[in-house]
Amino acid sequence: MAALVLNEEQQMLKDAAKRFLSESAPVSQLRALRDNRDETGFSRELWQSMVEMGFVGTLIPEALGGAQFGYVGMGQVSEQAGRNLSASPLISTAIGGVAALLLAGSSEQQQALLPQVAEGSLLLALAIDEAPRHAPNRVATRLQVADGGYLLNGRKTFVVDGHVADKLIVSARSEGAEADQAGISLLLVDRNAPGVNVERIIMADSRNAAIVSFDNVKVASGDLLGEAGNAWAALELTLDVVNAQLAGELLGLSLEVFERTVAYLQERKQFGVTLSTFQALQHRCAHLFSELELVKSAVLKAQMALDAGDAEAAQWVSLAKAKACEVAELATNEAVQMHGGMGMTDEFDIGLFMKRARSVQTLFGDYRYHANRFAALRGY
Amino acid sequence: MADLDVFRQQTRAWLEENCPQSMRTPQRADNDACWGGRKFTFASEDQKLWLERMAARGWTAPDWPTEYGGGGLSQQEHKVLREEMARINARPPLSSFGVWMIGPAILKVGSEELKRQHLPPIVRGEIRWCQGYSEPGAGSDLAGLQTRAEDHGDHFIVNGQKIWTSYADKADWMFCLVRTNPDAKKQLGISLVLFDMTTPGVSTRPIKLISGSSPFCETFLDNVRVEKSQVVGEINAGWTIAKYLLTHEREMIGGMGRTAAGQKTLPQIAVDAVGLEDGKLADGMLRGELATWDLDAAAFALTAERVLDEAKAGQGVGAASAMLKYYGTELNKRRQELMVALHGSDGLLWEGEASREGAIARNWLRSKGNSIEGGTTEVQLNVIARNILGLQ
Repeated sequence: MAALVLNEEQQMLKDAAKRFLSESAPVSQLRALRDNRDETGFSRELWQSMVEMGFVGTLIPEALGGAQFGYVGMGQVSEQAGRNLSASPLISTAIGGVAALLLAGSSEQQQALLPQVAEGSLLLALAIDEAPRHAPNRVATRLQVADGGYLLNGRKTFVVDGHVADKLIVSARSEGAEADQAGISLLLVDRNAPGVNVERIIMADSRNAAIVSFDNVKVASGDLLGEAGNAWAALELTLDVVNAQLAGELLGLSLEVFERTVAYLQERKQFGVTLSTFQALQHRCAHLFSELELVKSAVLKAQMALDAGDAEAAQWVSLAKAKACEVAELATNEAVQMHGGMGMTDEFDIGLFMKRARSVQTLFGDYRYHANRFAALRGY
Repeated sequence: MADLDVFRQQTRAWLEENCPQSMRTPQRADNDACWGGRKFTFASEDQKLWLERMAARGWTAPDWPTEYGGGGLSQQEHKVLREEMARINARPPLSSFGVWMIGPAILKVGSEELKRQHLPPIVRGEIRWCQGYSEPGAGSDLAGLQTRAEDHGDHFIVNGQKIWTSYADKADWMFCLVRTNPDAKKQLGISLVLFDMTTPGVSTRPIKLISGSSPFCETFLDNVRVEKSQVVGEINAGWTIAKYLLTHEREMIGGMGRTAAGQKTLPQIAVDAVGLEDGKLADGMLRGELATWDLDAAAFALTAERVLDEAKAGQGVGAASAMLKYYGTELNKRRQELMVALHGSDGLLWEGEASREGAIARNWLRSKGNSIEGGTTEVQLNVIARNILGLQ
């Protein structure tokens, strides 16, 4: 079994991501995008720099223009994105979109699209959920055979970066009942195709998502990812890849609010002493520290298991996402409370971390979803 | 062939030949563990043979120097030995506070005389040791201990009382913290001394716990003579050694409650006791609580693994043992609460034919002590807050 430590290359990538994102995509950038009501919701210039740094191509094979650094490698970028609340299409495009193409797409589709992602000219978005609570098997969106191709009808919600993506990766039902795992297809749809309606929604975390509806959208058979009605396994693995990275983002975000909170306690004085002298606060911080250590281990294990093609990777991913959700909720709640009144102000960044945490927790399954899945995978 | 491969082959062959078949089965009952010592009764001839054979090679203390009876193995050879023993499910030949605790301390800071006197009998399992640390008035504030050692030239006269001395009634020697300088700052007046439990003035009394009988004892020290040659390290420098030994104790207690190989996991036990409905545990609330525990336990096991891996790679936090002790013991308490809950009224059986010695209830009650012994949860949280986070 591989040691649960980063290798030298992964450590270098972590250091590079740390330097770059704290300088080029700090919390102040997200704040500015929000205050300016930016239409895109992220900086395209930043995205190009992330392409040049090689972050965007982390999961893409070298032959297709990527760096092929694996899931642990990408995890280091995700963690730093969490620390800095860096707004970018990393999740939607470089992680979710790339994973879907790698796991479900044909080599022609990969060769056509992945180099474009790696050079920053193609944005992707996953259109999976149809109800507010994550349930990837609940697919009512229909894919019907028509005129040598298909017709797509339905509605998707919480499509992250759906308003700017060039192509959407959509789950749709070819056959079966609404909650069946069998009968689900994955397909590529141009955002600008006739019949596609995209409504941008602004979330509490000031990041973007969209509600996307499909009204008799024509889909060519070449735009199907894998076989019709047989995409469940690839979809599930794609979601595992994304959740392992979301857990990494939550880890970075939690570590950052925790460190800021500890620093605040060392500085803020009441009753003539710093807050850090109060044992009631010390013990809550020490407990949170311990929980964060558990999250670090779970996240690294999940990403390593995916890199190794471990048969139990799904279990490790649900462990990582569940623990990361639980602890991010605790860390952000404690951060607001321990910052007192300042934690409630918009001027302090703490609230931004809390809002982002809940958004990432909710995306593709929260604590309850993954605890339930973990239990089911372990036979109870 | 590399030296290590040769060593592995030889070790495998030797173990095959010398480890009795009955010593290749899991330890179940308490007396399956071999503690050695003058008063020990071997559970079987095989148990005795296995200890003697391993001790003759120094493999009861594989990484100690051969000149003191140890195996003289390198770290890698020691690892190979562990792996080869695990391969055939060999039991540890000896469970010993001597090997785990006082031996390493003597090796580290003890005089040549102490090493020659004490280490070989530890390796051979001839002398069993107990630890005299806590006192009725010095629990969490261990450095406040009051047992006095009065200087009488070539020896000390020791008076005081120790408590929570595991197996004091079965041990042959004690390593004991005593106050040798009552005027110095409390941590600076403590020495670590060794004495034979048969010395006049030493008496013990077992302590009964909420879970029933226990290995714990009170130990009374009434004008006990201890030679100055039996001080480990410098006089008045005992606190540093004591802290070093406590780290080890914490790690052992923190590791309790982990599922050993071959044992049923808590979810498996729950499925057996409660049953499944549509593939899910039949009690929805219990299932949720169990999953919460299971997630924490899985992430904790990974963390223990990561801390080890980081230590090997020369990274990692020094105070990790406090975190592992804190979280591990709280986790075990939760596990034991779930064990009682999922067995319903069977979980509270205490005595009699059907009770299996009341194991579920007694383990549950005993686990309450995990977050008290070896430094309370509150002390561990203090250590994390002050030493790692710099909150003070």
